[in-house]
Amino acid sequence: MSRQLKFNIFRYNPQDPNSVPHTDSFWLDETPSLTLFIALNRLREEQDSSLNFDFACRMAICGSCGMVINGRPGLACRTLTSDLPGEITLMPLPVFKLVGDLAVDTGTWFRATNEKIESWIHTDQEFDPEALEERMENDLANSIFELERCIECGCCVASCGTANMRADFVGAFALNRVARFVMDPRDKRSDADYFEVVGTDQGIFGCMGLLACEDVCPRKIPLQDQLGILRRKMGFIGLKNLFRRKV
Amino acid sequence: MAYETFYSDLVCIGAGLAGERVAIEAAAAGFKTILLSLVPPRRSHSCAAEGGMQAALGNCAMGEGDSPDVHFADTVKGSDWGCDQEVARIFADTAPIAVREASHWGMPWNRVEAGKSMCFKGGVCFEVEDKAEKHGLITARAFGGTAKWRTCYTADGTGHTLLYTLDNKVTQLGITVHDRIEAVSLIHDGDRCVGCVARCLKTGKLRVYLSKATLIATGGYGKLYSETTNTVINEGGGHIVALDTGLVPFGNPEAVQFHPTGIVPTNILVTEGCRGDGGTLLDVNQERFMHIYEPEKAELASRDVVSRWMMHHIREGHGVPSPYGPHLWLDIRHLGEKHITTRLREVYDTCIHFLGVDPITQLIPVRPCHHYSMGGVRTNKDGYAYGLEGLFSAGESCCWDMHGFNRLGGNSLAETIVAGRHIGRAVADYLKGAETTLRTDLARQAVARDEERIKRIVSGADGKENVYDVRNAMQKEMMDNVGIFRNGTDLQKAVDNLRELLVRSKKVGLRSSGVGSSPELAMAIKISGMVRMAICVAYGALMRTESRGAHAREDYTARNDRDWLTRTLAYWRNPDADLPTLEYEPASPVFHLPPGDRGYGKCEIICREEMNE
Ligand SMILES: Cc1cc2nc3c(=O)[nH]c(=O)nc-3n(C[C@H](O)[C@H](O)[C@H](O)COP(=O)(O)OP(=O)(O)OC[C@H]3O[C@@H](n4cnc5c(N)ncnc54)[C@H](O)[C@@H]3O)c2cc1C
Ligand code: SF4
Ligand code: SF4
Repeated sequence: MSRQLKFNIFRYNPQDPNSVPHTDSFWLDETPSLTLFIALNRLREEQDSSLNFDFACRMAICGSCGMVINGRPGLACRTLTSDLPGEITLMPLPVFKLVGDLAVDTGTWFRATNEKIESWIHTDQEFDPEALEERMENDLANSIFELERCIECGCCVASCGTANMRADFVGAFALNRVARFVMDPRDKRSDADYFEVVGTDQGIFGCMGLLACEDVCPRKIPLQDQLGILRRKMGFIGLKNLFRRKV
Repeated sequence: MAYETFYSDLVCIGAGLAGERVAIEAAAAGFKTILLSLVPPRRSHSCAAEGGMQAALGNCAMGEGDSPDVHFADTVKGSDWGCDQEVARIFADTAPIAVREASHWGMPWNRVEAGKSMCFKGGVCFEVEDKAEKHGLITARAFGGTAKWRTCYTADGTGHTLLYTLDNKVTQLGITVHDRIEAVSLIHDGDRCVGCVARCLKTGKLRVYLSKATLIATGGYGKLYSETTNTVINEGGGHIVALDTGLVPFGNPEAVQFHPTGIVPTNILVTEGCRGDGGTLLDVNQERFMHIYEPEKAELASRDVVSRWMMHHIREGHGVPSPYGPHLWLDIRHLGEKHITTRLREVYDTCIHFLGVDPITQLIPVRPCHHYSMGGVRTNKDGYAYGLEGLFSAGESCCWDMHGFNRLGGNSLAETIVAGRHIGRAVADYLKGAETTLRTDLARQAVARDEERIKRIVSGADGKENVYDVRNAMQKEMMDNVGIFRNGTDLQKAVDNLRELLVRSKKVGLRSSGVGSSPELAMAIKISGMVRMAICVAYGALMRTESRGAHAREDYTARNDRDWLTRTLAYWRNPDADLPTLEYEPASPVFHLPPGDRGYGKCEIICREEMNE
């Protein structure tokens, strides 16, 4: 027999002076292979057309639909209701600015953070359209891709105690991104350059190592490993700097 | 009426690969550029492309002897001679440069590994040997409809990594991005476009972008169909604002591609790379069938051909019955765990999470569904839109037109950055000479019109039609009657029903208050534009009495080069009309490769007279 699902959904429209944060409850008959993507769209089309939430690709690759699902940040599009209890509570991701109900503004946050960590290849070399590409080992290309798989969904940031407490902490996502450039020989930044970017309390030294982030990452990015490698590397450079200053 | 105005040299409506690549070119030339997008740029649909992009580098063993000439020929054949051959030439010549440039910017393309390795074709294993001198250069995989292995890739995250690479460049150049912004109309005086009115999807407020040049790079319009691989934001926003001017034509609206392998039931695409890497299609008896219809290319004929044979095979009663209708199987089991969990990991994840199927040991249920829009805002070979000066278009939203009536897999990602590079330069050149007065009076009028329109929708002044009912009815009509196989009776029915839906779409009234970002209002603003586009597709298809590429008429099965070696130009000149005006132009100004047999698919052809001589 199919279940009657109960949804408790956080509601607030910051643009509406009459709106106050509260929770609305909805009921829906569960159908085979029901995902939160299908469920939320049905709720909006059939029950309450003011319901606000974000989806784009609906195939877990664009990172739009991060939300807190029964207390845990995750991607709504690939969450099957059959994996959840009959009562489902949905909240917007914390840390990011609320647009309305379950929709949050991740765009501004990620752009600012990418600017802060200078998320691009740093090189003086000009592109030569006549020349062959620089060679690279295939294994290295694969390793870079491993870290490049982050979809900026914000789940790791939302789950992170540090990021929730201090607005300037760049989060596991950013540290992983830096690790990606450290690995890439096309980026000519030195260790000291990277240290300047993340060797601070807003960066790697702000991380308390609680590792909630890796647990929730829908891409299963090895965040623990990257944080560890970066911490050791940056700690070492920090020590060297300290030493130099004393001398 | 208070609204914010943003001034720039170039405003790009759309920040997917095409929009960003144009923006990079203009910004690098020193022009103030603003990118607009419904979502943060990295969430644009380009991120969903898995398989790869074509460029004739000829580095891998199976790509040896490849060249832009071969790529050009494949593209023209793929288009069923519907493309503009000048454009296809620019494209094939530039693609290798664009790939290398992306590499220079940080794209982790997969590389050639010298030595012997095992590959599959049509389920049969064979050995290839990559040469030492090519070791470390950018490699390629097989895709449908190509003579060589030419599709460059990064595992199965090519679109994602390419988009992140370009957006990193955009960030580096400090290009302004306004996300959660939806363009709702173009600002123009009948000759010249000077920007757009847009609605902020955070606050719901209207705002104005005044610019010397305006680019439409809004991607495809898959959401005209109920079953599509496209993202939910591919609603044709850019096409609607262009068509609404009455001046800019929608080129080849009827040229719509169906992809052979959408998973059943969610229509999530599994990449052509599955078949490129040796996956096979099986029927209800778990037997291969494509080699019977296409002895040479089998599973790797072009998409239109494979999709049609699959539907044909299902119609003949060989489909696998399911609660969601009959489907076929995709089999990649023989590729093995390592291959599937590395090179096809996205496919693996999709099957596990959305189907509960393990493709290492189980078959994947697939069926053709809508995938790509070859038609779009018609431009010349440098991206200048027909009909309005200062308006440009690039990418999937554009009918540039290198795809004609069928796009080859891997040619679309390639188009975004190749056209972006080429058209970006044309835009920069245009800006160097542009002496445009950015007329605020035009902006004021345009905002007033849009504000009035929104007020009527919110208050329900014209009626209380439910916007979702209208949209769902439109999508179903398109799926049922303007699909893979088409015929005059069904198409006429579609046109008639869509005309009725157009009337209903103008009576939409909100159920909610419409205050703030209001997704219901966003849909209501564009619904009648979407129905107009659907009518263009259906009517264009009805009038085109031949079969070409993805446009397959059961009542006109031959490709008719005598009468239809043309491109449809659909204009919506009168806002109160319920049909577009269709005009036609020659498919190509030159025929370097004269119309002939594609070498796959059926080949009944009515020849041009001069060709018979
Ligand atoms: C699942 C899938 C897999 C694919 N795989 C491949 C592949 O392997 N190889 C290949 O070559 N091609 C592939 N394609 C096709 C290819 O990905 C697309 O054609 C291409 O990425 C389109 O890029 P674009 O920049 O033109 O548009 P998009 O990436 O769709 O970007 C459109 C932009 O316009 C914005 N926008 C839209 N409307 C408005 C509006 N009204 N106002 C403001 N902004 C707006 C959006 O927010 C977005 O930023 C695939 C497509 C799909 C659906
Ligand atoms: S390990 Fe660091 S980044 Fe991850 S959740 Fe904990 S504090 Fe945040
Ligand atoms: S690291 Fe994982 S959880 Fe964090 S933003 Fe990237 S994909 Fe999301």
